[in-house]
Amino acid sequence: MSDQAVSLSAPSGAGHADASGPSGPKPRHIFSRRNIFLYGTLIVAALYYLLPLYVMIVTSLKGMPEIRLGNIFSPPLEITFEPWVKAWSTACTGLNCDGLSRGFWNSVRITVPSVILSIAIASVNGYALANWRFKGADTFFIILIVGAFIPYQVMIYPIVIILREIGLYGSLSGLVVVHSIFGMPILTLLFRNYFTSMPEELFRAARVDGAGFWGIYLRIMLPMSLPIFVVAVILQVTGIWNDFLFGVVYTRPDTYPMTVQLNNIVNSVQGVKEYNVNMAATILTGLVPLVIYFISGRLFVRGIAAGAVKG
Amino acid sequence: MAEIANPSVSIQNLSLNYGAVSVLQTLNLDIAEGEFIVLLGPSGCGKSTLLNCIAGLLDISKGRIFIKGKNVTWEEPKDRGIGMVFQSYALYPQMTVEKNLSFGLRVAGLPKDEIAKRIARAAEILQIEPLLQRKPSALSGGQRQRVAIGRALVRDVDVFLFDEPLSNLDAKLRSELRVEIKLLHRRLQNTMIYVTHDQIEAMTLADRIAVMKGGVIQQLDAPQTIYNRPVNRFVAGFLGSPAMNFIEGQLEAGDAAAFTADGVSIPLDRYEFDKDRGSAGKPCVFGIRPEHVAFGDAAKAMPFTAESAVEIVEPMGSDTLVWTKLGGRNFSFRVEAEKTLRTGDPIRIGFDPARASLFDTPSGNRL
Repeated sequence: MSDQAVSLSAPSGAGHADASGPSGPKPRHIFSRRNIFLYGTLIVAALYYLLPLYVMIVTSLKGMPEIRLGNIFSPPLEITFEPWVKAWSTACTGLNCDGLSRGFWNSVRITVPSVILSIAIASVNGYALANWRFKGADTFFIILIVGAFIPYQVMIYPIVIILREIGLYGSLSGLVVVHSIFGMPILTLLFRNYFTSMPEELFRAARVDGAGFWGIYLRIMLPMSLPIFVVAVILQVTGIWNDFLFGVVYTRPDTYPMTVQLNNIVNSVQGVKEYNVNMAATILTGLVPLVIYFISGRLFVRGIAAGAVKG
Repeated sequence: MAEIANPSVSIQNLSLNYGAVSVLQTLNLDIAEGEFIVLLGPSGCGKSTLLNCIAGLLDISKGRIFIKGKNVTWEEPKDRGIGMVFQSYALYPQMTVEKNLSFGLRVAGLPKDEIAKRIARAAEILQIEPLLQRKPSALSGGQRQRVAIGRALVRDVDVFLFDEPLSNLDAKLRSELRVEIKLLHRRLQNTMIYVTHDQIEAMTLADRIAVMKGGVIQQLDAPQTIYNRPVNRFVAGFLGSPAMNFIEGQLEAGDAAAFTADGVSIPLDRYEFDKDRGSAGKPCVFGIRPEHVAFGDAAKAMPFTAESAVEIVEPMGSDTLVWTKLGGRNFSFRVEAEKTLRTGDPIRIGFDPARASLFDTPSGNRL
């Protein structure tokens, strides 16, 4: 016992003797080499990405005479919202001269049902694959994942034929079906992995309590899955809203989504290039995904599952 | 073992395979009405798997399961008349304690006043009335486990299944809840099947313990019998802390049979052989528990005594574990905490071979 006591007190004694040495929190210098390097890089990167946006906003607020002067970085001398109004309601695309508003509402009517349909199906898929390991579940899952790696272009023509045969070609609902199908592999993977990470015992407890397939899904799993649903919504809204290829292939001019209309406005070869209208139209089109990012950032609620397992 | 006339749970020739891997092998187990059975074993021995099979959460490969005389082999978990308590509590995080308790009853579509009555009773038994409106995340580990037990309680079932319910709790709470589970069993008189790897829990709670290894029940008996007369070396080594001392050697034949190893000869005339004592020179293992070894003057009265020297002293508070050498092997024994022994002290130890266990070396079975 006695030699133990000596060995315990020895290090603490040495600590007391060295009173002039470091103590308390380590001091940090704001203008250290590390900070300058770190923040310098971040600021340069931020400017690099923000500059085009700045040019777009500034240009969209200028009149055409001012743009012709060529000072693309200078702020507008006379702010005008006319290009925005024109882009939204009077710009011509092909035969229609009602601006982007038509495309906007088309895109809304494509995106909303596609997002809801694809997430609803994929979440049930993922739940079934994660918790109800039915026979052939692994094979099914592999086939689904392989689907995520097949280039879209390969499937365009077969889908045209399929849609034609079932009478949905050129309609918005046809495009909704296409988007829902193409969202399936990645969303199912997303949901499967999320549900797999949830404690297995929770699922077992619910089974002992007598809940069935839908009972467990709706009453136990869904309320715990808000974070992954938010992620899925972000993925799908931005993906479907920004889609151009399917939009241009599977719809007709009067049902074109906003992206296709934007292209038609910007790339129109007739008349003068109205840069301010083009810039305004582009910002308008990109606004929806932007808003989704800003809103959903707050919805990322952590710790929904806290308290389910351990303490 | 006497046949159980009306078993509460009866498992007949149960096998479970995952592909080529056999997890449970032709397992038979009859559990009497109101009995507290503990399935004890190291991790991977199949004890939790067996419990999940009884609950109906795993599909079995062969055999049948009866609960209350009803063949439930193909029944859904909810129709088996079981309630289950999980190691991780598995409370529904988004529901209050009250909703957690009532979930199963709401799914079953019970009338509201009946649900309220059952929750009130469970809350009273488990003393969780003040917690009913809280979410699980606002509860401590012990409180969560109480709610988890309550969830099984409200279902008004015949058989309770516990899957290592106390493993996630700290030592103090574990011993408190252990007592509470024992009191609960006395009050409810339900059949309970309790899985654990903790031998203290097994010894204190069980009417009978089933020690499992490799998907096979090694021994099924009352705790004292398992502790004092283990059927094989695995059971002997698994139960008891500090562990049983093992000395390897062989049998000497003759009128007074003895066990010899490295210059030690232990007379076995007082040892109760299980079956035939085997032939001379048979390799075997001699096992004796540390608390059955006498020390000092008390050792002189024992049929076997030996001189040795202290190697290590481990004070444990209530008593002290002393390590020495016997037959060329490390050998431990317990002395009262007041005894002051130092490394190198010469000592005399002794024991009664009647309290020992002798195992055949190749098979590990008790002789």
